[in-house]
Amino acid sequence: MSLVAIRDLAVSFDGAPALRGIDVEINSGEALGMVGESGCGKSVTWLAALGLLPGKARISGSVRLEGQEILGATPATLDRVRGGRVAMIFQDPASSLNPVHRIGKQVSEALSLHRGLRGAAARAEARRLLDLVGIPDAARRLDAYPHELSGGQNQRVMIAIALAGQPELLVADEPTTALDVTIQAQILDLLGTLRREMNMALVLISHDLGVIAEACERVAVMYAGRIVEEAPIARIFAAPAHPYTQGLLGALPPIDGERQPLAAIPGQVPDPRAMPPGCAFAPRCAVRLDACAAAMPEGRAVAEGHRAACLRAGAMERVLA
Amino acid sequence: MFRFFGFRALRAAITIVMVVTFAFVVLRLSGDPALLIMSVDAPPEAVAAFRTSWGLDEPLWVQYVRYFAAIFEGDLGRSMRDGRPALDLVVERIPATLALTIPALFIKLGLGIPAGITAALHRNSLLDRTVMALAVAGFTVPSFVLGLLLVLLFAVQLGWLPSGGQESWRHAILPVVTLGIGGAAVLARFTRSAMLEVLGQPYIRTASAKGVPWRQVVRGHALPNAAIPTVTIIGFMVGSLIAGAVVVESVFSWPGVGRLLVVAVANRDLAVVQCILLLVAATMVTANMIVDLLYGLLDPRLRNAPRGAGG
Ligand SMILES: Nc1ncnc2c1ncn2[C@@H]1O[C@H](COP(=O)(O)OP(=O)(O)OP(=O)(O)O)[C@@H](O)[C@H]1O
Ligand SMILES: [Mg+2]
Repeated sequence: MSLVAIRDLAVSFDGAPALRGIDVEINSGEALGMVGESGCGKSVTWLAALGLLPGKARISGSVRLEGQEILGATPATLDRVRGGRVAMIFQDPASSLNPVHRIGKQVSEALSLHRGLRGAAARAEARRLLDLVGIPDAARRLDAYPHELSGGQNQRVMIAIALAGQPELLVADEPTTALDVTIQAQILDLLGTLRREMNMALVLISHDLGVIAEACERVAVMYAGRIVEEAPIARIFAAPAHPYTQGLLGALPPIDGERQPLAAIPGQVPDPRAMPPGCAFAPRCAVRLDACAAAMPEGRAVAEGHRAACLRAGAMERVLA
Repeated sequence: MFRFFGFRALRAAITIVMVVTFAFVVLRLSGDPALLIMSVDAPPEAVAAFRTSWGLDEPLWVQYVRYFAAIFEGDLGRSMRDGRPALDLVVERIPATLALTIPALFIKLGLGIPAGITAALHRNSLLDRTVMALAVAGFTVPSFVLGLLLVLLFAVQLGWLPSGGQESWRHAILPVVTLGIGGAAVLARFTRSAMLEVLGQPYIRTASAKGVPWRQVVRGHALPNAAIPTVTIIGFMVGSLIAGAVVVESVFSWPGVGRLLVVAVANRDLAVVQCILLLVAATMVTANMIVDLLYGLLDPRLRNAPRGAGG
């Protein structure tokens, strides 16, 4: 059984759909990347799964954690899942830590909630975690406040907090976007190492396929609130089946080269309040068919472990083969 | 820490000097105390003698220098009406004012803060809308109107409470409530928006994502942050304990500092007016310094010496 199975997850805010039926699974110890343009619903997927969206969000579908439904579960159940079984870290480490509490207290809080550690035991374990995530002089940093640390160090603290509950899955929502490039690489390395050592599954959210390629085995490509393609990372690069993924790859900067303005896909993401009835990408698609505008394409298997929601997916596979 | 206080003490002193100077100039340019205190048909010699005896015939700047020199010797001048030391006149009124403003402060805090927090936690609900509608009403209605309305209802119509005077604690109820409601309304709105601002911060989501139960998120993560901006307005309320009841004291004929001020201004009783303003400025400034101190306690970002941060 998969660790987490999300089925037909749909979310809307004030009548505007943000997710329109997400299906995705993740196995124990696996690393899954989720990629897509800003606003496609990467964050909302996992915020919804963990019950972290504001009350005005309308949510439907199913999220199972080892078979147990957690969508709409009681607050007490969710509080045990969050941080204890599934932890989540966010994009902006500086504002994601509470400015008025010391680092040590923020780590210990999770230790006390999920492992019952208090006082000196909690402090010792918090210190060990700060060491583990590579914060120098951890004993002293326990008494520091977030504003006294750099962005990269704060993100390490966030990771330490996430590890405190010994979760089976860590969802890292653009953990390096706010950091500069050298720190980005360090944090990604750290996440990879920790995942292997602790046998923890990882969901890495990013709008950068390059980042995901470094840390993940499998990738789900999202567009306008749906997953349009899902495949092992090597296959995505070798044989992308969805025109949107192909566009993303075209927009990927050369690995060693300087970062240049990306060759963006022409056109715009459709307005969530006025979604086209067919494929949401069709209006921007260079190879669309008449049928694309008629009905939303279902995901179809292109190869083993590779699905794409495109009417041409099979055909393209043949062309590329 | 020393620089922190040195700087603030200097700023406080400058504020006080400015208030006193401003009052000095305005009062002396806006009417002749001699003519106001002596009757209109007083003989010119008597008026001149009055001016000489109070130093009013000197050039303004000489009066000003004298006035400040006296302050530094602890002499705040005498009332031109009855010759008693202005400070004594003012100080004996303070208890009456505090008898209104301190209970009113408790109403403001006890009503305003919980109302604001509750409204924020139930944003856009019926409860929120009701609390906010009451708050808007509470601070748009001027206190003299509110005071008069309460008098009409509870004194005139129902006859439950006296409409003015200071004979018993029952006389204090209406003025205290009048003062308290306005302040509670301000504080409720302020607390609500501070709370909403904080609840939308990423660190609140982090706390939930960590598995912290919602009550504890509110208590341990949201409230300590929302307290920071709220302290400013509470400081302002504490600072106006002495002068904050001018209107209400007048409406309810309550013999406090506020009424003394109104009478003294009308009579151009310079020493008394200035003494009150000095006192008010000093309270305000003290409250401000306490607020600054509290900021330091509540918000580690405002503390000077970084802790635990090596390099
Ligand atoms: N609290 C909210 N209220 C209203 N709309 C929201 C809210 N959160 C997200 N949305 C909307 O849901 C859609 C998906 O947002 P989401 O944050 O998941 O995008 P994303 O893929 O994570 O983008 P990014 O790369 O910018 O983080 C967007 O259109 C966004 O405007
Ligand atoms: Mg996001």
